[in-house]
Amino acid sequence: MEFNQPAGENTLFDGGRVVGKPHRRVEGPLKVAGVAPYAYERHDVVAGQLYGYPLGAGIAHGRIRSIDAGAARAAPGVRAVVTALDIEPLDIWDYNVARLFGGDVVEHYHQAIAVVVAESFEQARAAAALIEVDYAPGDPADYDLDAAFRRLEGTGEPGTLVGDVEAAFRDAAAVVDQMYHTPSQSHMMMEPHASVVDWSDGGEMTVWTSNQMIAWNRQALATTFGIDPERIRVESPYVGGGFGGKLWLRADAVLAAIGSREVGAPVKLALPRPFMMNNTTHRSATVQRIRLAAGPDGKLKGIWHEAASHSLPGGRGENPTAQTPFFYGTETMRVQNHVVDMKLPESSDMRAPGEASGLMALEIAMDEMAEALGMDPVRFRIVNDTQVNPSNPEQPFSERHFVECLERGAEAFGWETRNTTPGGTRDGQWLVGHGVAGAFRGALLMPSGARAVLEGGRLVVETDMTDIGTGSYTILGQTAAEVMGLPMEAVEMRLANSAFPVSSGSGGQFGAASSTAGVYAACMALRERIAGHLGVEDPEFRDGRVIAGNTNMALAELEGQIEAVDSMEWGDFQSRYQMSTFGAHFVEVGVHAATGEVRVRRMLAVVDSGRILNPVTARSQLIGAMTMGVGAALSEEMALDTAKGMFANHDLAGYEVAVHADIPEQEVIFLDTLDGVASPLKAKGVGELGLCGVAAALANAVYNATGVRVRDYPVTLDKIIGGLPAI
Amino acid sequence: MRSFSYEKATDPAAAAARAAEVEGAKFVAGGTNLLDLMKLEIETPVHLIDVNGLGLDRIGETEEGGLRIGTLVSNTALMADARVRRDYPVLTRAIAAGASGQLRNKATTGGNLLQRTRCPYFYDTAQPCNKRVPGSGCSALAEGGFSRQLGIIGTSDSCIATHPSDMAVAMRVLDATVETVTPAGMTRRIPLGEFHLLPGDTPERETALMPGELITAVTLPAPVGGVQRYHKARDRASYAFALVSVALIRQPDGSGRVALGGVAPRPWRSAEADAELPDGAHAVMARLLDGARPTEENAFKITLAERTLAAMLAEE
Ligand SMILES: Cc1cc2nc3c(=O)[nH]c(=O)nc-3n(C[C@H](O)[C@H](O)[C@H](O)COP(=O)(O)OP(=O)(O)OC[C@H]3O[C@@H](n4cnc5c(N)ncnc54)[C@H](O)[C@@H]3O)c2cc1C
Ligand code: SF4
Repeated sequence: MEFNQPAGENTLFDGGRVVGKPHRRVEGPLKVAGVAPYAYERHDVVAGQLYGYPLGAGIAHGRIRSIDAGAARAAPGVRAVVTALDIEPLDIWDYNVARLFGGDVVEHYHQAIAVVVAESFEQARAAAALIEVDYAPGDPADYDLDAAFRRLEGTGEPGTLVGDVEAAFRDAAAVVDQMYHTPSQSHMMMEPHASVVDWSDGGEMTVWTSNQMIAWNRQALATTFGIDPERIRVESPYVGGGFGGKLWLRADAVLAAIGSREVGAPVKLALPRPFMMNNTTHRSATVQRIRLAAGPDGKLKGIWHEAASHSLPGGRGENPTAQTPFFYGTETMRVQNHVVDMKLPESSDMRAPGEASGLMALEIAMDEMAEALGMDPVRFRIVNDTQVNPSNPEQPFSERHFVECLERGAEAFGWETRNTTPGGTRDGQWLVGHGVAGAFRGALLMPSGARAVLEGGRLVVETDMTDIGTGSYTILGQTAAEVMGLPMEAVEMRLANSAFPVSSGSGGQFGAASSTAGVYAACMALRERIAGHLGVEDPEFRDGRVIAGNTNMALAELEGQIEAVDSMEWGDFQSRYQMSTFGAHFVEVGVHAATGEVRVRRMLAVVDSGRILNPVTARSQLIGAMTMGVGAALSEEMALDTAKGMFANHDLAGYEVAVHADIPEQEVIFLDTLDGVASPLKAKGVGELGLCGVAAALANAVYNATGVRVRDYPVTLDKIIGGLPAI
Repeated sequence: MRSFSYEKATDPAAAAARAAEVEGAKFVAGGTNLLDLMKLEIETPVHLIDVNGLGLDRIGETEEGGLRIGTLVSNTALMADARVRRDYPVLTRAIAAGASGQLRNKATTGGNLLQRTRCPYFYDTAQPCNKRVPGSGCSALAEGGFSRQLGIIGTSDSCIATHPSDMAVAMRVLDATVETVTPAGMTRRIPLGEFHLLPGDTPERETALMPGELITAVTLPAPVGGVQRYHKARDRASYAFALVSVALIRQPDGSGRVALGGVAPRPWRSAEADAELPDGAHAVMARLLDGARPTEENAFKITLAERTLAAMLAEE
């Protein structure tokens, strides 16, 4: 099916019984009972599983002269050791740049250089520690992103150029010009990268893994090992968090496959927690210079955003200017992003890649400009709203209700009653402050397919879509139930198996809108099949029945199996519009007047993101993202050792994500706007939007509480303490 | 983890003798620190002597009117004890500020005193670390090293690690004494202020214990009263080691005692600094942190310590 014109009024979803209604997570009981089969616990899928354990490089870059695995091979229970020197460098699939295994070159710290396969996990781990590696380390390398930014500033062609920015700055009533820094961040999902791989005979390969993108994963495995994707089967029905860290094939599956082929038995392998920092991908640090120019009426005359992030050669880094061409109306604009080669672990996508770190900076700059103008920051953003893409005014937004987000939020939060004087409110030992920030994230779409099979009144829908904790099982089930006029209980969703039709997968917040549209397409095809079968025109499907003219029959009475496969393709008409999602964050913080410790007191997000398919699972996406934003604002930082070229903190004690005690009351308001351009369900994603802007709202609140403006994340007490009042 | 043998001890003196006799033996109590370190092969004992059956899990009263806390008393039991809450509230507050409920249920009194540093390089066996591999160098002090969490005083050119315990900081301000039994069956009493060694050139040597010596108890002198507070400054509200922590006992006349955590290789306190308390936080810290040698990344700890104490003094 092609989506080739905006969805109009329709009774199916606009008058929905199931879609848009709160429905608890269908797989919830499995998860709370501990029986949802996550990759590492799939003991039952194949007999005779052995344990793999990886060894990571102990240098940032250079060569391996030799590896002595003799003691490891002789260790108890060990069945095989395969080192990087034993095999040719493996190929690299499209979206990654660091090699996952093979050869003598070390590109980054903890790059996998050996795998041990043993009868027990403990034996494999102990033997891995016996491997001796002789390195020829590379020359000291440069890890100074600030210096790189200074070198690159103003060079190259801007990505977006509108009007004469320099002139706008000359004529402005107020100007902001500041540098902002965001640190490298780690996905740090609870479930590490883990796989069980059976490639015992070197022929067919079966992979039980934890991955967001089944088709990509399968293709990446095929490319990496130079085999036909048809010979690979991938399953990933439950994923304990991904955040973009599991978009890619990683060393867990590769090493398990190599180990399995070597010993002729299935092998399971999970990456140890420290590998999450230096072996897998992460979000790059950014350096950003933002210049804003405004007229006396508060209208932006110029936005000048230039940034740099790091990557291994050929990588994308983190583009924090992603939102800038689209977010605020302005007369002129210059946007430029630089990617700096650095011999660090590969940087890549993490939840809201680009916007997350871009808005951390831009939304502080907006706060600073509001202050420079003497305007309320909510008002200032409203004044600069636009209904057309500022970098391409021919292109209207499909739907944009950013102003409403700000207004509803300000009212619900009690924004008007806040103290606008920085450092002006005290509650015992605490300085109290309030902050606001805008949220923006693109609404990407991907083709997405599904198979729908009806038998005996029960519907089974199969798609390779993943549920990474987001609620895909539930919203896809709701979509199918809605289209087929069935109760939720009559629908079974089967996900994340490469034997099923290819879906969008989960990433870029495109999953919900794309995959529900794919299920819609398959179910509409099934309806046609059923109509053809009964020889009726345009039947209605409701209450478990199919109704047309004189026909009124329970779906359960249909003979045999009726099956349909279809995929949603996205028509060109969408490119006439800019499709995006919007929100506003309001927060209240307390800053300890003596120590500078920041504790969040209240959070509110107002969201404009198309139809909310299920307010329960959508709210969980939002509050999860807001929680992640608290970590991003206040504590998360991969600590770069600038001589060793590695991230020194290596676990959840050293990389501090927010914990329960950090999270206060969180409120989410969905505007439940409908976007007919975006999808047949008029839906867009929310999974990443919730993270966008949160950190800046917190940094702005810290400023309001203390008068200390921190532009260098995370906003830790050492950056605040010098500006606090005497005790 | 290397393979090891295991036995359960039933008698303290015999356990100490056994530990001295078997080369590479270690005691295990709650295991919350030792097992983690064994998995990473930072600790590689060949033999474990499980002390959980020694019956040293009671809190009794001493003849001097203080408390004797058996080494196996869990952190949870200790912080919840009615006598501790009434007479030594700084100890309850400090323990409650540490780790998590689950960990405190397993963590023991002796084990807590002997927990090892949280310096990130200590945990990465591919990196130089004098504490882990004597003579290999200190990654935290090396150019480019990450030292934000680490020590500012009592450190050396070999090592700037801190002792991470919260409980120990409160015990130090309470003038606690560690009681042990030696392999020869003798009882020793080591004031907590002398229990943890400063690193000097031998950061791998962390305590005054001799090989095989077993902690049997920690004693607290008779209650000293006063207002007792513990403030642990950290980057998140819970489940984080201290950037700086301050244990304070303050008497109605303004005199009192102060100990710091998160700044040194042991709970940091001095009688001279205590004597400055009536003159306020600045006077105390000028003494207590005299000679501090912070790195660029952790110099904020000096300001933080002073301001934290000042706030605690202002609170009364
Ligand atoms: C995630 C995490 C967070 C934590 N957060 C904090 C925190 O915020 N604040 C804090 O203070 N602590 C914290 N801890 C540390 C925790 O308090 C210690 O792990 C615990 O107190 C150790 O006690 P244990 O009984 O488990 O010791 P074990 O692990 O059993 O032993 C530790 C050491 O003590 C030795 N030992 C044990 N008993 C004796 C004895 N009787 N005589 C001689 N030697 C003995 C062992 O040989 C070993 O070397 C944290 C730990 C973890 C894992
Ligand atoms: S500070 Fe101490 S523990 Fe840390 S690397 Fe240096 S020697 Fe090792």
